[in-house]
Amino acid sequence: MTDAATPSTITAATDPVLAAKPENRVWKKFRSHKSALFGGFLVAFFVIIALAAPILPIPDPSATDWGAVRKAPSWDHWMGTDEIGRDVMSRMIWGAQASLLAGVVSVGIAVMLGVPLGIVAGYFGGWTDAIISRCTEAVLAAPFLILAIALAAFLGPSLTNAMIAIGISATPIFIRLTRGQVINIKSEDYVDSARAIGLPTPRILSRYILPNVLPPILVQATLTIATAIIAEASLSFLGLGQQPPAPSWGSMLNTAKNFLNQAPWMAMWPGLSIFFVVLGFNLLGDGLRDALDPREH
Amino acid sequence: MDTSGAVIDRTDQSGLDDVLVLKDLVLRFRGQENDVVDGVSLTVRKGEVLCVVGESGCGKSVTAMALMGLLPKESARISSGNLTIGVDHFDLSKDALPNEMRGNTVAMIFQEPMTSLNPAFRIGDQIGEAVLRHRGGTRAEALARAEEMLTRVGIANPSQRLHEYPHQLSGGMRQRVMIAMALANDPSILIADEPTTALDVTIQAQILDLIRDLRDETGMGTIMITHDLGVVAEIADSVAVMYGGQVVEQGPVAEVFNNPQHPYTIGLMSAMPRLDQPGGRLAIVPGTVPTIANMPEGCRFRSRCAFATPTCASRPALADIADGHAVACHYAPLEDHVAVSA
Repeated sequence: MTDAATPSTITAATDPVLAAKPENRVWKKFRSHKSALFGGFLVAFFVIIALAAPILPIPDPSATDWGAVRKAPSWDHWMGTDEIGRDVMSRMIWGAQASLLAGVVSVGIAVMLGVPLGIVAGYFGGWTDAIISRCTEAVLAAPFLILAIALAAFLGPSLTNAMIAIGISATPIFIRLTRGQVINIKSEDYVDSARAIGLPTPRILSRYILPNVLPPILVQATLTIATAIIAEASLSFLGLGQQPPAPSWGSMLNTAKNFLNQAPWMAMWPGLSIFFVVLGFNLLGDGLRDALDPREH
Repeated sequence: MDTSGAVIDRTDQSGLDDVLVLKDLVLRFRGQENDVVDGVSLTVRKGEVLCVVGESGCGKSVTAMALMGLLPKESARISSGNLTIGVDHFDLSKDALPNEMRGNTVAMIFQEPMTSLNPAFRIGDQIGEAVLRHRGGTRAEALARAEEMLTRVGIANPSQRLHEYPHQLSGGMRQRVMIAMALANDPSILIADEPTTALDVTIQAQILDLIRDLRDETGMGTIMITHDLGVVAEIADSVAVMYGGQVVEQGPVAEVFNNPQHPYTIGLMSAMPRLDQPGGRLAIVPGTVPTIANMPEGCRFRSRCAFATPTCASRPALADIADGHAVACHYAPLEDHVAVSA
């Protein structure tokens, strides 16, 4: 509650400028959205432990302890240990770094590639649009995960290549979304009025088109981070992502599946982590979509 | 096809004062058989307000868009049209108005103030954008100019408004902002496409007053597109009546209002409610505007005209009947043809 601190005489209700600020309106709406707040909390939690991994009092994620192989959760190892005695909690926390990094970087790649292509296709139309759209549809014809696996296998197994592969696979979604938005926006009067004051096309694209297509892209990006995290976990599970001994939730699951009966905690923690971080991003994305929806203002 | 003879004569008489001369604009939309704008010629003098009136779809807005070079190339094709602005000549069939002149020499305001401003930027930055584009300088200078313009268009608290977003302003204020933006670079011509249609009547009157005041101040020529004869009566110096993509009558506003000669203009005038005459049913112009594909040959109004004869199958030229008053009708001036119409 940010308003609580301000004196009651200058509340949002009495100050028209404050009341109408779009940031305030969106934030207010978002704040009242309980599940979105929960999602935001989950995401924040994982981001914080990932960032704080180097300073947390946890063991080295790669340090083996042959005296503590596949030990159940205890005071020494809160989440137990794995098949070569590494601390599962430490690996889970360090693994959060790989997962979030993969999610954010690959979606970053997809946005960087997809949004400009979508703007060009939507704004110029004609042949440019036909070429970009047909290529997009061709890529979309292949299922997302299969495409990412194929690309990752082609590029060679590493976290960087996995992120590139996921990013490229997610690009068509952003091209399509952006193109559709741009076709809507470019017939708006303010684009005509921008042309009427003689602005050159690049300026119109960057100042008049881009900012106004961003909200739905932001929502899509948040939701796609969740998909990308699952994709990274899948690639790592298959050995195409993060390479051992560096920790990753996907590769932890891969090892853990061999010990499901003897050491279920090995699978449980990374599984739960994936579940909650994906849930977090999805709830956050849904909340953003509702908060940014212009129809409900 | 000599539809522009009368206008050219006027041009020649007072050529120095003409800020904009459009000759014989012809354009059609791709995939259509007929021209949506067919031989339109307009002249605007310094300090003059020319109103272009007509029903929806008569080509008045398209003419304005073509003047500004805002028609998308893929959907509209201009086959002829000579535009003279000051000392610059453009063959609109080949090239459009360059970006350097748009928003600088020629400015335009639109019908919908609610949607004509970029919702993502502050008022000051949007007006400043027009200034920066054509005058250069720093952002601070542009903002100073924006504030000056806001004051000129009568917005209270301009320094505060500069930092507000369009959605924080009312429709009338937004239209003032649009005008401020359009006039920021002191254009010699303002094209206003139904600037008051979306506003309520009191605000309408304020905006018209504002445009008139600014005209008096700057001496800019104004082309005002409207379908509202009330607006014409209020602000116009001269008027061009359009029907089916052609100018059917043109002249000084008093002349056209007091002595309408084209049957369509007569119909429009009598369809307007008047305070000084008893109530009762308003006259109507029978029928509806034919679609562009179904426009009759010759006089395009003849399918709805009470006076139409076989002669009307040939196209009437826009010819002078009095000083500066031109009509495109075989039977104008009516006084000479009473026998025919009776």
